[in-house]
Amino acid sequence: MAITREEVLHIARLARLALTEDEVSLFTEQLGKILDYMAKLNELDVADVEPTAHAIEMTNVLREDVVTNGDQREEILSNAPDRSGDCFRVPRILED
Amino acid sequence: MDLKNLTLEEIAREIREGRLSSRDATEYYLERISSFDGAVNSYITVTEERAREEAAACDEEQARGKLKGPLHGVPVGLKDIFCTKGVRTTCGSRMLENFIPPYDSEVYRRLREAGAVLLGKQNMDEFAMGSSTETSYFGPTRNPHDLSRIPGGSSGGSAAAVAAGLSPTSVGTDTGGSIRQPAALCGVVGMKPTYGRVSRFGMVAFASSLDQAGPITTSVRDAAFLLGVISGHDPKDSTSVNVDVPDYLSFCGREVSGMTVGVPEEYFIEGMEEEVRKRVEEAVERLSSLGCRIERIRLPHTDYALACYYIVAPAEASSNLARYDGVKYGYRTESYEGLIDMYMKTRAEGFGSEVKRRIMLGTYALSAGYYEAFYGKALRVRSLIKRDFLKAFETVDVIVAPTSPTTAFGLGERLHDPLTMYLSDIFTIPVNLAGLPAISIPCGEDGKGLPVGVQIIGKHFREEEIFQVAFALESELGRARVVDPESTAGEGE
Repeated sequence: MAITREEVLHIARLARLALTEDEVSLFTEQLGKILDYMAKLNELDVADVEPTAHAIEMTNVLREDVVTNGDQREEILSNAPDRSGDCFRVPRILED
Repeated sequence: MDLKNLTLEEIAREIREGRLSSRDATEYYLERISSFDGAVNSYITVTEERAREEAAACDEEQARGKLKGPLHGVPVGLKDIFCTKGVRTTCGSRMLENFIPPYDSEVYRRLREAGAVLLGKQNMDEFAMGSSTETSYFGPTRNPHDLSRIPGGSSGGSAAAVAAGLSPTSVGTDTGGSIRQPAALCGVVGMKPTYGRVSRFGMVAFASSLDQAGPITTSVRDAAFLLGVISGHDPKDSTSVNVDVPDYLSFCGREVSGMTVGVPEEYFIEGMEEEVRKRVEEAVERLSSLGCRIERIRLPHTDYALACYYIVAPAEASSNLARYDGVKYGYRTESYEGLIDMYMKTRAEGFGSEVKRRIMLGTYALSAGYYEAFYGKALRVRSLIKRDFLKAFETVDVIVAPTSPTTAFGLGERLHDPLTMYLSDIFTIPVNLAGLPAISIPCGEDGKGLPVGVQIIGKHFREEEIFQVAFALESELGRARVVDPESTAGEGE
């Protein structure tokens, strides 16, 4: 069940990854092989099996809606690749 | 005092009883790091200055008659996946090369509170994706037993550092074997606790339903000791489980006679190294001679675990790693046109090849039209794998199996063949899918002098039974050996 070059480009777009030509070829080949291996799971009939998303059963955990950490504004903003005062600076998203 | 062959427990006691200062202990390791880590590359960041300050503070506090906790003044290493406030946390990635966390991970907070001194942040596969520590942006770590070989991964820096005496202990993380496999390949002890036993707060996420932190040490007692320090409920991690933490150390030394040990047929396969098989079978014989009842068992869905894992883990990773967008922290590309272009170039330049491969795989498995066929199916297969274990545990107390099908392989040997690399984790992955605890301890060497590890798998939240059996086995086989990397470089024994 190989994957096509077009599918690789589509997935890369969904994943927000700009791939080079070489990477597109490499991933088309490698992902194809890996997906072929995954086909092994089709040997099993799991129609009546419940899915397991977490191995340990758990329920939602709730807590009071109160602030538990102090003001870390500067420490957080100091990690920003680009900032403007107390804001993260990002490229324009609306067209003129 | 030569600390090389002391355990963590012994170092803690020497300091506590005043025969060794925290300063001297810290200098000892800093010196070894400067002598040997050029060759091993087990650290991404050595926090030399901070370590000296912390050690001095511990000594002064002790002089005033105060001890912080069970690890007072004891130097430790930490996989560079745990956030450390004010100390950069890279996760082995260019994406986080300059990331300075504004808070501490819960694991590190507990270590600090117990009195530990941080030596530095240890090397790892990028975002913990890999089985050899070769995918690190900061260069590969080498196996101290043979510098031409890999240390395993993804906690390869941690395992190599402990094996080479560059930190007396470390805490790693294990998503599909990343504590146990490098521990096995470096000849040390590595423990992956039950999912939920240790808080994941402040631990950079890879696959959230599988990730779990645990100790890497040179003895079973040390693993029990350290797990006791880092375990327990944390309100900041909603998946951390609120159950009592037993006194793990008190189980080391208890009789194992009468316990039932399951040996799964599916873990002794064609293609595994003959000497690995032999060492593990010898370990099983030792347990038998200690009075354990050995029962041959079946875990029939083992063969599907790898395919299941390589859908579930990349799917969760593709979602977790969506946060690296070049906006709030981490790398951002230099030049771009518009937001989407900024995202795409930032991620293309910030992530390495293996991380991209897994993001692609996960995105594919979750994408419209493929979700049910891949992700949905994998979750159902995951149930079957878990069920196999639960059924086996109806009749056995623990399960014993090899940790890795081979000993340490050569640098570069599997790097360009992802599927072969993924097979390195074939014996460790099922445990993560089932959320079970498991330890790897050394059980001898192959003909080249490379360490072999044996894995002991326990029931959910029954780590103490694992320690009980592992300690008994270690007493028979001997404790992990700390090596000087240069003196063993490239030679067999």
